[in-house]
Amino acid sequence: MNRPIRNLAVACMVLFLALMANATFLQFFEADSLNSLSKHDENTRVKEAAFSEPRGQIIVDGKAVARSKKSDDRFKYQRVYPFGAEYAQLAGYFSRTRLGGLEASQNKVLTGDAPGLFVNRVLDLLGNQPPQGGNVVLTINAKAQKAAYDGLKALGNNTQGAVVAIEPSTGRILAMVSSPTFDPNRLATHDVTKSDSIYKRLLDDKLNPLNNRAIEERLPPGSTFKLITASAALSSGKYTPNSLVPGGSVLNLPQTSHDLTNENHSSCGGGQITLTRALEVSCNVAFGTVGLRLGADALRTQAEKFGFNAHSYFHDLDDPLTSQVQSQFPSNVDAPQTALSAIGQASVTATPLQMAMVAAGIANNGRVMLPYLVNEIRSADLDVIKPIAPKVFNPEAISPSVARQLTDMMVSVVDNGTASSARIPGVKVAGKTGTAQSLPNRPPYAWFVSFAPSVNAKVAVAVLVQDAGVDRNAISGNGLAAPIAKAVMEAVLNQ
Amino acid sequence: MSTATGPAERRGPAGALLQFVHRRRRGAELYLLVLSLAVGIGAYAAVGLGAQGRVPADIYSYGGWLALLIVAAHVVVRWKAAYADPILLPIVAALNGLGLAMIHRIDLGMKVRNPDYSALAPSQLIWMTLGVGLFITVLVLLRDHRRLQAFTYTSGFAALLLLVMPLVPGIGRNIRGARIWIHLGPLSFQPGEVAKVLLVIAFAGYLVLYRDALALAGRRFLFVDLPRGRDLGPILVMWLISLGILVFQNDLGSSLLFFGMFLVMLYVATERPGWLIVGGAMFMIGAYLGYLVIGHVQTRVDAWLHPFPVTTGTYQIVQGMFGMAWGGLTGRGLGLGSPQSTPIASSDFILPALGEELGLTGVLAIILLYGLLVERALRTALICRDNFGKLVATGLGVVFALQVFVVIGGVTKLIPLTGLTTPFLSQGGSSLVANWVIIALLLRISDQARRPPPEFVDTGSDLDSTQVVMMR
Repeated sequence: MNRPIRNLAVACMVLFLALMANATFLQFFEADSLNSLSKHDENTRVKEAAFSEPRGQIIVDGKAVARSKKSDDRFKYQRVYPFGAEYAQLAGYFSRTRLGGLEASQNKVLTGDAPGLFVNRVLDLLGNQPPQGGNVVLTINAKAQKAAYDGLKALGNNTQGAVVAIEPSTGRILAMVSSPTFDPNRLATHDVTKSDSIYKRLLDDKLNPLNNRAIEERLPPGSTFKLITASAALSSGKYTPNSLVPGGSVLNLPQTSHDLTNENHSSCGGGQITLTRALEVSCNVAFGTVGLRLGADALRTQAEKFGFNAHSYFHDLDDPLTSQVQSQFPSNVDAPQTALSAIGQASVTATPLQMAMVAAGIANNGRVMLPYLVNEIRSADLDVIKPIAPKVFNPEAISPSVARQLTDMMVSVVDNGTASSARIPGVKVAGKTGTAQSLPNRPPYAWFVSFAPSVNAKVAVAVLVQDAGVDRNAISGNGLAAPIAKAVMEAVLNQ
Repeated sequence: MSTATGPAERRGPAGALLQFVHRRRRGAELYLLVLSLAVGIGAYAAVGLGAQGRVPADIYSYGGWLALLIVAAHVVVRWKAAYADPILLPIVAALNGLGLAMIHRIDLGMKVRNPDYSALAPSQLIWMTLGVGLFITVLVLLRDHRRLQAFTYTSGFAALLLLVMPLVPGIGRNIRGARIWIHLGPLSFQPGEVAKVLLVIAFAGYLVLYRDALALAGRRFLFVDLPRGRDLGPILVMWLISLGILVFQNDLGSSLLFFGMFLVMLYVATERPGWLIVGGAMFMIGAYLGYLVIGHVQTRVDAWLHPFPVTTGTYQIVQGMFGMAWGGLTGRGLGLGSPQSTPIASSDFILPALGEELGLTGVLAIILLYGLLVERALRTALICRDNFGKLVATGLGVVFALQVFVVIGGVTKLIPLTGLTTPFLSQGGSSLVANWVIIALLLRISDQARRPPPEFVDTGSDLDSTQVVMMR
């Protein structure tokens, strides 16, 4: 009987080897993924541990916008947000039961578990210190962020809108504000019932204060989309800034009995106007015509070069509670819809981040950079562990010469056209207004995109005011959105 | 002729390299037991330090009691089974001590969440005492394992009776979908655990008697030699009944265990690998049918294949996985993890709890300890001189191997989850006591196997006179 027993022994050995291999897989290879809060935000162990350790800071321009303060209760540390609502959607929030924003997406760095911080953890262990978290330094420009936040706040606490500012040459996000917003300090309280009820109230709020409208809201961009139509026009070779286009007050849309009219139902200045003039006064008739001549495919291709229909190019705020949306240019577009799409209506939608990327791309000679929010990762002692390098999204969305022509056109929009509120003395500002229609019973959306200075731009901004509780007639890109953009640009340029 | 009177050394002629030296090795066992006690008591102290910041106040009485039990067991082994395998007892002592410490740690964690929680560690300690007591009793009362052969049919019927008991209304209870418990007053008891041991003895006894008939006589059916009905019949019936009971009781893990045990013992007794192939095929078919028909099985398989997104059915296994991942390579440290977050961590999920606090290192060590246990049992079977002992040792060893594989595989998502307990680690009295009895049996068999063969004492050169044989 010994032979079968020996065979069984080998079989048992195989079984046990399988067990050991599987355990190794689970505890070594898969461990990182299971411990990641962005993938598994239901992992209470990671959350609770994070809550009782000194967490790293989130830093903007040398100041902490999120830090841990020693507290007397059993959790030892209290998370504090010195700037409160100004950085709410960015820094996020950190409560016992949930994390959001950068607190979630950068959790591994902040708790000190990230691979790059391993050596520091070992040193802490040897030195008998509790493991320190790493620090996250953002690309944000503090003054620009404040200008954006104050600008939206001035329109009212319930204003729905967003501001995104990007540094065109690198893709660094200089400001990102969404309104309405909330105070993360209230969510960070150690009292779970209180934190949960506040969170529930924020969730139930119809105005969605937890939403980061800069990346989670997509709306028709309206006339700001004409920048893309113009890019396509100039790139096609069929148009130059001085080409003549129809400038009447009405455009007959083919295949329908509807007509395309201009914003205030007036004429754009005559039977034929230059493309530049059409952009200056934001002529729907002109751009509708141009769109029809170029065709939907050309428009879509151009839009995609700037980032429309792309799956996701911004990952720094990836966490389970954020649902970033894709800016879209639709696929099956018939002729009347082509004309409407060319002026940024119909089914075209864009996020404020996307429109900022468009402006930044134009500003950067046609080279579109990937937007990013995290600039550096540092150890607890503030040694730089990992600097983040800029990356390119599209090396040539438009050629440098087209970019220059379009920039000049945009400068004249500010100097001679609808974007007068964005003028900054001594600086050439390039901009474009937009007033997007939504539904007949809803007020239009006010958009504004711009960059300054027009040569070697330092900042590109997109502002969206979705609803400011003002009268329909008082809504315009120039009136509501442009002043905020101007404040942000000035904040960056005056440093 | 031999003149040796000392116990261990047997000197053969010079140059006899192949002579097997029969050593008692009790000193080695004592040394290993000291290490095991260090593990058990050290773990208990570490749990207190980690979870409460101080060594538990009762460390001396706890440590003293554990030491007393282990030393008592060791003394009895020295006295009654001097040649037994020296590694089995230390392995079991270490596992039991570790299990106690972890159950205590989970108690501490649960008490923080829910002040009304009743601690499980004290009862586990009582069961351990009972287990060691039974261990000593078996070693003292059973001097020759071959005596058990006489109880072949009795064990079989007793086992079936025990398996049926939970189905009797009044004393049987349905817990978490499985009807495997009986409640006698305040005590709850899993008769299936005892039935397991009895069935091994019953199968072994039967197979020893009929192994030749089973292996040789029979008819050929489709390239496979089937034994005669009258030989295989009784044992097949016994097996089918026990399986049927298990399926009705919804204890599919145990039915898998019994099935495997039967097949393996048949294979070893008849030396025909055909049994394993046929049995393997039957198992696959049975498992697939079970999956199609029994909802319980479907939930378990679904939870195994798709644990995310988390639902009530997958919550437990997901918490176990999170716990183990949180432990990583070296674990969080005893008392510093959160094993109580996994439901029923003290029994079903004791291994992920240990994985969380002791890390992959700890888990691999535990798996190796179990592997060593199985290896010692199979080694005993190899060197055992009688077929009954071989079969019993193989049966018990393979039962351990299968059970450990099914349990640890289930909680680490290698295979679907079942309801089996982790031997010596899980909280659960019947399982612990039954396993101590198994160890006693194994030590008894290994003592017999490792003992030097009886010496012949030459009283004279008279070839016709009765020879005196001296047994040690």
